[in-house]
Amino acid sequence: MFNRITAFESSLFDEFKRLEQEMDDLFGRWPWPIGIRSAARGAFPPVNVGATSDEVDAYLFVPGIDPKTLDISIQQNVLSVSGERKLPRDEKANYYRQERFTGTFRRAVTLPEDVDPDRVEARCENGILHIKVQRREAAKPRQIEVK
Amino acid sequence: MTETQDVATRPTAEVRRPERQVVLNPPVDIYEDADGITLIADMPGVSKDRLNIEVDKHTLLIEGEAHLDMPEGIQALYADIRSTRYRRSFLLSPELEPNNIDASLKDGVLTLKIPKRAELRPRKIEVRVD
Repeated sequence: MFNRITAFESSLFDEFKRLEQEMDDLFGRWPWPIGIRSAARGAFPPVNVGATSDEVDAYLFVPGIDPKTLDISIQQNVLSVSGERKLPRDEKANYYRQERFTGTFRRAVTLPEDVDPDRVEARCENGILHIKVQRREAAKPRQIEVK
Repeated sequence: MTETQDVATRPTAEVRRPERQVVLNPPVDIYEDADGITLIADMPGVSKDRLNIEVDKHTLLIEGEAHLDMPEGIQALYADIRSTRYRRSFLLSPELEPNNIDASLKDGVLTLKIPKRAELRPRKIEVRVD
């Protein structure tokens, strides 16, 4: 199980990163226009989006956040998630590092256009919010029969 | 299944970086109070059975493997997070008691409380007024 996930991850995302780096090396910056709703690197929460022919899966990395406090909405093919992460701070303690995100956040992700906003499921486990949106039938590949 | 494995074992990728895997550096908060040091790390996707904490006299290592519930045949469209492996290590200092670390994991957040040796905890010094 682990191996499969690791292999999957490295194949997809390493390759993507390598390509991006090569592009950076070649042109000095990503040559294609960036998504109008995309956020700068390091934005909270990080998002991964993947798709099969049946569904689109968005994963938001929201550690330590009660999913009930999140505001998740989908309009057409734009998925938005907003909320707040409050980190209690011990006033009497000496802080050496504060790298974890704190404050309000909002992220919007443009999904493929054929998603069906009426068929969405969301669940949160171990700090990952998984939003599954079904795609419309028409978008699925169809078998073409040769007569 | 077979397809993803084929891609992963493609020779070019192997040659480029043998044995090396992208590792995520989890963001941490670290603070100290009279009792010890508290370390809090964001490791979303990690459950107790995929978490490993190792301590020796000088170093503390935290590592974990995130699990994403992915359907068969998924293809990436966009990815901020490009690995499922977290790892970070810290140098401890001698006044800490690494054998009594208290660890808890909740909603992808790891909290470690590392106590100071009792004899080294700061003591309030009373000033006597004669």
